[in-house]
Amino acid sequence: MTSIRIDGRDCPTRPGLNLLQACLEAGADLPYFCWHPELGSVGACRQCAIRQFSGPDDTTGRIVMACMTPASDGAIVSIADEEARAFRADVIEWMMVNHPHDCPVCEEGGECHLQDMTVMTGHNIRRYRFTKRTHRNQNLGPFVKHEMNRCIACYRCVRFYRDYAGGDDLAAFASHDNVYFGRAADGTLQNAFSGNLVEICPTGVFTDKPSSSVYTRKWDMRGAPSVCVHCAVGCNTIVNAREETLRRVLNRYNADVNRYVLCDRGRFGHGFVNATTRIRTAMRAIAGQYVPVPVADALARFADMAVEGPVVGIASPRAALETCFGLHTLVGPQHFCTGLTQHEQACAELAHTLLRGHPGPVPTVHDMESADAALVLGEDVCTTAPRLGLALRQSVRQASFHAADAAKVPRWMDAAVRTLGSECPTGLYVLTPAPTDLDDVAARPHRGAPDDIARLGFAIAHLIDPSAPAVAALGDEDTRLAEHIAATLMAAQKPVIVSGMQYGAPALMHAAASIAAALARRGQVAGLSLVMPECNSMGLAMLGGLPLEAVLERARNGDIATLIIVENDLTRHLSAAMVAELVACVPNIVVVDHTLTPLCQHAELVLPAAAFSECSGTLVSHEGRAQRFFQAVFPAAPIQAGWRWMQELARNTAQSHPAGLTTWRNLDDVITALARAFPALAAITDAAPHADYRLDGQKLRSQTYRASGRTVIRSYISVHDQPPPASPDTPFSSSMEGAYTPDMPAPLVPGYQVSPWNSVQALNRFQNEIGGEMRGGKSGVRLFTGGGGRDTPDAPHPYSTDIPPPSAPSEGSVLVLPETRLFGSEELSMLSPPVAARADAPTLRVPAGPGLPTHMTLHLEDGPHVLPVAPMVGLPTGIVLCPAHMVARAFHFPCRARLDMADGAGGGS
Amino acid sequence: MLTADPPLPATVRAEILALAAAELHPRGAAVAALRLVQAHFRWISTPHLREVAELLGMSADDLDGVATYFNLLFRRPVGRHVIMLCDSVSCWIMGRERLCAHLCRTLGVKPGETTADDAITLLPTVCIGHCDHAPAMLVDDTLHGDVDIPTLDRLVAALKEQP
Amino acid sequence: MSPAERPLTAMIDPAAGPPDCTAYERAGGWQAARRVLTAMTPAEVIDIVTRSRLRGRGGAGFGTGQKWSFVPREPASARRKYLIANADEMEPGTFKDRWLMEGNPLQLVEGMIVAAYAVQAGHGVIFLRGEYHLACTRLQDAITEARQRGWLGEHILGTDFSFDIHVHSSAGRYICGEETALLTALEGRRATPRSKPPFPQTGGLWGAPSVVNNVETLCNLPHILANGPEWFLALGRGEDGGTKIYGVSGRVVRPGAWEMPMGTPLRQIIEEQAGGMRPGYRLRALLPGGASTAFVDTSALDVPMDYGAMEKAGSRLGTGMAIVMDDRTCPVGMIANLEHFFAQESCGWCTPCRDGLPWVERLLNAIEAGTGLEEDIDQLVRHTRMLGLPGRTFCAHAPGAMAPLASGLKLFAQDFAAHITQGRCPLRHAA
Ligand SMILES: Cc1cc2nc3c(=O)[nH]c(=O)nc-3n(C[C@H](O)[C@H](O)[C@H](O)COP(=O)(O)O)c2cc1C
Ligand code: SF4
Ligand code: FES
Repeated sequence: MTSIRIDGRDCPTRPGLNLLQACLEAGADLPYFCWHPELGSVGACRQCAIRQFSGPDDTTGRIVMACMTPASDGAIVSIADEEARAFRADVIEWMMVNHPHDCPVCEEGGECHLQDMTVMTGHNIRRYRFTKRTHRNQNLGPFVKHEMNRCIACYRCVRFYRDYAGGDDLAAFASHDNVYFGRAADGTLQNAFSGNLVEICPTGVFTDKPSSSVYTRKWDMRGAPSVCVHCAVGCNTIVNAREETLRRVLNRYNADVNRYVLCDRGRFGHGFVNATTRIRTAMRAIAGQYVPVPVADALARFADMAVEGPVVGIASPRAALETCFGLHTLVGPQHFCTGLTQHEQACAELAHTLLRGHPGPVPTVHDMESADAALVLGEDVCTTAPRLGLALRQSVRQASFHAADAAKVPRWMDAAVRTLGSECPTGLYVLTPAPTDLDDVAARPHRGAPDDIARLGFAIAHLIDPSAPAVAALGDEDTRLAEHIAATLMAAQKPVIVSGMQYGAPALMHAAASIAAALARRGQVAGLSLVMPECNSMGLAMLGGLPLEAVLERARNGDIATLIIVENDLTRHLSAAMVAELVACVPNIVVVDHTLTPLCQHAELVLPAAAFSECSGTLVSHEGRAQRFFQAVFPAAPIQAGWRWMQELARNTAQSHPAGLTTWRNLDDVITALARAFPALAAITDAAPHADYRLDGQKLRSQTYRASGRTVIRSYISVHDQPPPASPDTPFSSSMEGAYTPDMPAPLVPGYQVSPWNSVQALNRFQNEIGGEMRGGKSGVRLFTGGGGRDTPDAPHPYSTDIPPPSAPSEGSVLVLPETRLFGSEELSMLSPPVAARADAPTLRVPAGPGLPTHMTLHLEDGPHVLPVAPMVGLPTGIVLCPAHMVARAFHFPCRARLDMADGAGGGS
Repeated sequence: MLTADPPLPATVRAEILALAAAELHPRGAAVAALRLVQAHFRWISTPHLREVAELLGMSADDLDGVATYFNLLFRRPVGRHVIMLCDSVSCWIMGRERLCAHLCRTLGVKPGETTADDAITLLPTVCIGHCDHAPAMLVDDTLHGDVDIPTLDRLVAALKEQP
Repeated sequence: MSPAERPLTAMIDPAAGPPDCTAYERAGGWQAARRVLTAMTPAEVIDIVTRSRLRGRGGAGFGTGQKWSFVPREPASARRKYLIANADEMEPGTFKDRWLMEGNPLQLVEGMIVAAYAVQAGHGVIFLRGEYHLACTRLQDAITEARQRGWLGEHILGTDFSFDIHVHSSAGRYICGEETALLTALEGRRATPRSKPPFPQTGGLWGAPSVVNNVETLCNLPHILANGPEWFLALGRGEDGGTKIYGVSGRVVRPGAWEMPMGTPLRQIIEEQAGGMRPGYRLRALLPGGASTAFVDTSALDVPMDYGAMEKAGSRLGTGMAIVMDDRTCPVGMIANLEHFFAQESCGWCTPCRDGLPWVERLLNAIEAGTGLEEDIDQLVRHTRMLGLPGRTFCAHAPGAMAPLASGLKLFAQDFAAHITQGRCPLRHAA
């Protein structure tokens, strides 16, 4: 048991910490700036000074920086020491020499780490009487505002952006008290994690630009724990709202998943909620025009439809489980469609099956950070699962940690570890068709067609376990690469294999699973991770249902009278021709969605669903983690959760509706029914406490005490107070009344603030151990964690034998692969203005070479597309990349296509 | 001036690549490469900085962070000649302030500025290790010690003549 | 003094220029390198240097042999290791290394060969400050010649030992002289200091074991190896062995630098070598070892200039290059000038130094300009405490900056007070 003495108080601690972290974990209020749990210590700000004594008899001691000093067992320190205290106050005073006194107009105000630390040190009079230096600010693009005068030069921004996130377009410039943090020239920050600067920066230098235009102080916002809906990783977020509009999304710490960091798509993608594309009323198509109609009229119309014949429901991988299940219950299993094409569904189900059957672990995102060897097999994770890509970037640091261990340098000594690791090898291998953002830290980026990468994967599996099938006719170079990777993986303590369904290639996922299984057979703890496209792809795969093709088939046969399509823009899954055929064959189409999609033009009835911020529900991430998001915004009727619409529809059908559907009172009732109907999903009940959860007999408050309960905000409408909105699906009161403690259940933490910590750094107070689990336990529940596959001598792992032949270039056509873009491919975030502003125009990526035309014509299924040509170094010949969903809405899986010189640019190819 | 400089000549590019190759990592040649560019063009323009960055496999932002860090790397244009007048302690004791004032008067510039005819840039510099001959200064690459006002006048006149 | 008594500078003849390899050899050069490479083990070299009690001449005075002993022992062929000569020499008032490099560059080359062999480093770097153009040319020439003569390169003297030297011409920043910042600079990064551990000896340049030694330190090595540690020890007057290059700048008759026995008292250096003060000026105080050492007044003139004695006298040996303040120079102005230097040369990494020093500079400027307030003195004293004591700032730059200020506030208290009460500088800086 390690213990340190802080100002005479003995505090148990953990071995291997620095004194700053140990003091904070012991509950002491010790100010700091440059240290960050994820970035380690560099000793730049000198804010965390304390006095350390060499032993009980030492009465002098010496001033040390807590963050740079190991908390050895028996260490004796004083935070209260007069000189240390004075020094800390002086450090603030030095920072204030140039810091503007602009708190009233600063967007960081009220959640500013510098404010907190200033109060904590007691510095309160200005003695510096000379002029302040001033800097020019830069336009850093649509996400992040820049106000350099507020900089206190803690160097966190560049350490996060460059060292941690791998960005190279933010730097420190100049020197002495003129240091400047920004870009060489004005321009958009390019790194996928730039938005985290908002939380990493302890002052108001970097602030949330979209939020700035609808600015509200932290203490005036309602918060709700939420989950990101912009990919399948399932990063945890906090949604902030005021006046029933969503104002911003912040990171919510989940020790296993996103921890301290969100990608920019997740942080800034929420703009779709307030976009002009939102559906806010029920609408009917009357003579080709959309007319808002009273809900009662809409439902009456639906009642008429429902008697016309069979009702079929189409669900969505971006809808919550409860909504999908509501639809499932409404239409019945035999009429329930996943909303995925056969191929998509097969891939999603394969991912689920492989992960469940994997004899080793299914690693969490956090697990991947400590993988000492990682193989990415045919998936550009940096765009399909950005946060996971960032975790893999951290994994390459393992070797330097080992070097640091050997040199007895603690791992939190960040700069020192990086120095020691400067020549350490990386154990990350990226085998993809096109360059990825991870290539700069990968050992051997390798390019190839998906099938060829899969073949390499199978070859690696065979090298690891000869009982896995061999790959015929593998080239020499590929063989050597496979041998090298196999050797690295076999030498690793904690290897991880990552693939996914970006290229719709089951062979890639099979190959990845084979490698992981082969390693597991050798007794290695080999993780398998398979990336999926949407926030609830996994949940939907676990529900199952008919593929879209089956629905089309039935429609063709005249077997469908009414189609209810829930939160699914079918034009992103089916070709225009198929959509046209489907709608032509179905007399009645009802769309329930929060967003007006191109599909809606085919619907007769459109019903407004709540967006993620306006309701509560459950999503299952690609690693099988069921997570609950909670309502922060209470929108005006008739907007309501998808499943509530299913109830309404059920009440308006003449048929006797399935048991329960109309009697569900709240989300918990839905979940209970779902758990009963789908045993594999039963555990979602435990993803978060129920609505009747009470802490100290009270609901939880979702606003800060500082929020004035009564305001004049609505006085121009009415001077009468309005009661706070009811929140039947959550244990939250929608007001400031209720309980709130740092050890409240982790899935229910609506924001971080514990006096005197008002900034996001207050998170320290909510964690058991800094960087460890939340005091309130885990958020979400794993539905599977791997290890499900039995691999005994008599029943060895069933390796896939479906090894594709080498991909052969074919005359007259190219292999068109989807270029999944961080900004551009994902549906909802593209409706968010700042994200749309970051999306580049679609281009056709072709292998770099001489004499390329400026435009070419790509003949996809839905017709020719003339596209500007963007040569890409490293892309194999015979392959072109076309951005997913940006050129042809439904294009997101590989296909072969003809490619011509553009019209007028001279002839065919 | 700002954009007039032509791209780096092939010889300079080759030299930079050679410098980079001699280092364990190309970025080790950052300062040497920037000095080389400056030796050719007197200062490091942004397009040149970008070129060097590319040759060294660094981002322009990264390299500019280095370039702006060092005193002797000029990221703004300078005149044909640079007078760097030491402003550290021994030279200060020996009267460098007077010399500086005199230079400012005769050149019509403030420290840090360039004469209107683009001939001379006057820069203060930290101790140049010539304290036994204080006050001292560097004119381009040449060290001058025991500087007094007549020496200054002679030097300035000569510099104005030189191309 | 005989050449044997001033080994470092014996071969320096400003009129003739630096010796070439032949002249260098004729005057006794290369003996040490030959002996070391052909007849000694690295451990033996380290042992001799340790016994000579050679201490670093770069300012900190760390035992050279001891510093080397932390380097991992593998042979140069088995592991990338670096030997770096610190020729940054940016301490105001200091010009000794320039003299050595311009006068006898081969001596440094030989010293580096000896040191590199001792720590088995295959790669040598001379980190040279950017303004030393002449030294740069002469070093380059010397290295080229040494390489041609087989003193550098593969298999020197047919042994297993290979070593070469590369000159890195820096671009001006005082902090690059700090050994870890120097390493960062060599990596093409912003030269901010690094934390220790890892010490350069285990994790230095590009993470590889590296030794950083001052030019003067390295120049001593050929002589120690050629003449033995006892000879070296006997050269010094006090505890420390060898000679030291001492220098004086300011209003003395003959400013300059001289090689003298370690421990020569200040008085002898100033009065005999520098010829005393110029007529009409009195010596008031001095910075004995460069800008970052504390002022001493005339009472310290008889203190031997060595590490221990200068520390006892409340200052430091530093670089051994004294800056003399005469009675007509305003101490406030002089300290303001010094603090301007330190504020400007702060790397900007840690808060106290980055934002404290400019404040100090402005306070001093205000006092010098006659707009100082009484409480400004308290502010200055506060800064000397908060920046001056070790461990408060990231590196020794800020403590170095506070040495002249803290001592000056005490020694020249009346001058400070007079500025404030009179609202002007009583000693308008005279020409
Ligand atoms: C701010 C600062 C500047 C320094 N400048 C120099 C320098 O210019 N030259 C030098 O040799 N040492 C300088 N040093 C000392 C070096 O850090 C280091 O101690 C020295 O190079 C070691 O060599 P030595 O052991 O031979 O003395 C400086 C130290 C500090 C803190
Ligand atoms: S004391 Fe701090 S800011 Fe000053 S030079 Fe050292 S590290 Fe840089
Ligand atoms: S937090 Fe310790 S020095 Fe910055």
